[in-house]
Amino acid sequence: MTKSLLEMNDLHVTFSTRRGLVEAVRGVTLSLGEGEMLGLVGESGSGKSVTGFAITRLLDAAGRVAAGNIRFRGQDITKISAGDFRHLHGAAMAMIFQNPRAALNPIRAVGDQIADAITAHKRMPRDEARAQALGLLRAVQIRDPEKRMAAYPHELSGGMCQRVMIAMAISCNPALLIADEPTTGLDVTTQKVVMDLLTGIAAERGMATILITHDLGLAARYCRRVVVMEQGRLVEEAEPLRLFRAPKHAYTKRLVAASPTASSRIEDLVPEEDRGREISVLAAPRPARAPGTPPLLEVQKIVKRFDQGAAAVADCSMTSSAGESVGLVGESGSGKSTTSRIICRLIDPSEGEIAFEGQSIGHIPARDFHRSPFRKDIQIVFQDPNDSLNPRFTAFDCIAHPLLRLSGMRPGDVLRQRVEECAQRVGLGLDLLTRFPHQLSGGQKARVGIARAIACRPRLLVLDEPTAALDVSVQAVVLQLLDRLRREDDLAFLFVSHDLNVVRMMCDRTIVLQSGRIVEQGESRAMFDNPKTAYTRELVDAVPHIEPELAAMAT
Amino acid sequence: MTSATLRHAGWILRGNPLTAVAATGVVLLTLIAMFGPWIVPYDPIVSNVSQALMPPSAAHIAGTDQLGRDVFSRLIVAARLDLVIAISAVGISFAIGAVIGAICGYTGGKLDRGVGRFVDVVMAFPLFVLAMAMVAALGNRVENIVIATAIINLPFYIRFARAEVNVRRNVGWVEAARACGDSHLSVVLRFLLPNVLPAMAVQISLNLGWAILNAAGLSFIGLGVKPPTPEWGIMVAEGARFISTGKWWLVAFPGLALMLTVLCFNLLGDGVRDILDPRMRT
Repeated sequence: MTKSLLEMNDLHVTFSTRRGLVEAVRGVTLSLGEGEMLGLVGESGSGKSVTGFAITRLLDAAGRVAAGNIRFRGQDITKISAGDFRHLHGAAMAMIFQNPRAALNPIRAVGDQIADAITAHKRMPRDEARAQALGLLRAVQIRDPEKRMAAYPHELSGGMCQRVMIAMAISCNPALLIADEPTTGLDVTTQKVVMDLLTGIAAERGMATILITHDLGLAARYCRRVVVMEQGRLVEEAEPLRLFRAPKHAYTKRLVAASPTASSRIEDLVPEEDRGREISVLAAPRPARAPGTPPLLEVQKIVKRFDQGAAAVADCSMTSSAGESVGLVGESGSGKSTTSRIICRLIDPSEGEIAFEGQSIGHIPARDFHRSPFRKDIQIVFQDPNDSLNPRFTAFDCIAHPLLRLSGMRPGDVLRQRVEECAQRVGLGLDLLTRFPHQLSGGQKARVGIARAIACRPRLLVLDEPTAALDVSVQAVVLQLLDRLRREDDLAFLFVSHDLNVVRMMCDRTIVLQSGRIVEQGESRAMFDNPKTAYTRELVDAVPHIEPELAAMAT
Repeated sequence: MTSATLRHAGWILRGNPLTAVAATGVVLLTLIAMFGPWIVPYDPIVSNVSQALMPPSAAHIAGTDQLGRDVFSRLIVAARLDLVIAISAVGISFAIGAVIGAICGYTGGKLDRGVGRFVDVVMAFPLFVLAMAMVAALGNRVENIVIATAIINLPFYIRFARAEVNVRRNVGWVEAARACGDSHLSVVLRFLLPNVLPAMAVQISLNLGWAILNAAGLSFIGLGVKPPTPEWGIMVAEGARFISTGKWWLVAFPGLALMLTVLCFNLLGDGVRDILDPRMRT
């Protein structure tokens, strides 16, 4: 073991809130050697980010280190003055944030921002600082670094912004780098490139790194040691291989099971003892359909152009039969959300035809579709449960809303029964129905959103990244729930996602979109195991699978 | 539900004593406006020349004016008229402005640009002069003061509602409402407007104070309520003639009433937003 750089002893962090003191970190003891890369994994509320903020002293005004100490090179940094701490910032430790675009100053050229970070710690002429900034942009492998010096953050992609952030963080050669969810908002392919770059630079410059992430796979791929946190405590610390093969703590077991991998099945996501009635209906044989039945959904050559510029969706055709689950994958900007909204008839295609059960629905303008009898047959579950519920509606109002509008029900006992039935089907406690969205957890909000979508018994459910904003353990439960509902109602899914492991599990067939065009489609497992096009292969390779990494380590 | 709202309001007020003071002031003012005519010690209209221009004393705590009328009684009775003008003017401009603004913010496009330019044109006028011109043209009556005040306030509500709705038009729950079978109009009126109300409450509260000043200003220059009706603006205007002879109470007390009222409404603004926002209720 190398010399220890950072040591935390029984660290406690508390926040004072309206409800009194809340302990976010409850006794974390951890050490990090020079040049080591440590993964700090946990779900939201586990205290992993707060731990990172406590080290860099970036806690909110309401938060403070209540007990314990943090020793950096032997010095207790919880005790030193704010002035002394400023010398440590940047020069000795630096942080990379989750949303790079928000962390950069939008009205200053990125080259100047990097130069600012350099001159904040070292006196030097402006020209020299800019020359160093250029060198850093080269080090983070930005194309055309000379040109990018003068670029503003909004002119750069998310991945490039994160490279700029990395350049700023390493500008003073810190000994410790804390990366808080550095790739969470990025596409899988970009995520891989940025993570490769980050680990490469850290190794080359001998920087110790703490990678804070919710993604076990990512931590396993890049870290030698992984620490799992739950509710402010360290529950397990191990090398990734051991963690995945033989998790010891009950929470780690749940977390490992819930993280979808290339071979996981929906049934396996939640350990047996935690299962409720989520998978009471197992793979029931699909009812045979009379030959000659038109497909449930037939989309022909739809094109969508926005005001100006290239088409967001170009020439997309697909079909889906009743009860079938079709995945739609692609990176941001691939047109998958636009396509799903066109099919859901929330926006109009510029060209093309959409038929539902053999009847054309593409010609009904989206502004009038709410009156169409097909409105209740095609429903949608939105990406972010946090913003898909009206803040002024209770959970009951949310679920009752489509019933009142589309099923012609009136307020009264029948409606109440129906709403309660829907809530029960999605596993939402009836006592939660009177709550407002902000009083519900992310998983509960997701359930309300699903209950609302299935309330009118639709035939086709469009799922727009339904679990992207959820923790993996919640995602696992929600995915099982969705799968059960699909089987019970013979519901067809159009499952939009960027997570290939989830799509592989959930969908019979998958369609891969790139820049608004379909590049490949086929039976999910076969396609991902043996991609035919370069783009699909690139997507598949970028996913931080756990098994290949484990296999590589084992040899 | 209501008890939760009250508890929440109590919590906000405890954390923010200034809001509590302002709220008390507004409640007091409303009571005065409602019951004023029955609680005043003297008739506010009938003159009593033998008692003219008396300084404040035990019998007339705010003194008397040039016709011997009790200034304090006139102040109390005037509260109703001033509040009614302000509330109806702000109510009209809020109701119309919020709906127009919300529709513009939601639809965007030509309608939005057209209304936007109209708003710019109205705002380019000195607003008080515009109000003067309207009252002069329409006639010197209370309802015309209300209309003029409402019109000059309208642009602010249109802009405000437009901006607030515009940032929310692409959130998930708007699309969800569409998928649940709501028309565009119903989304605007039943979903977006209620959600921008808390933010607009601040504007309304600030605006009430401003509208009172505006009505008093119109009366002050003779384009408002006619004497002998008690109204704070007229009282200041009439008293101004006597200020050079040291009769300070004729101007000071109506001015103080105006100032305190406007102050109360302004201070109330922020507290109201916190009380109305369900998300603050954790």
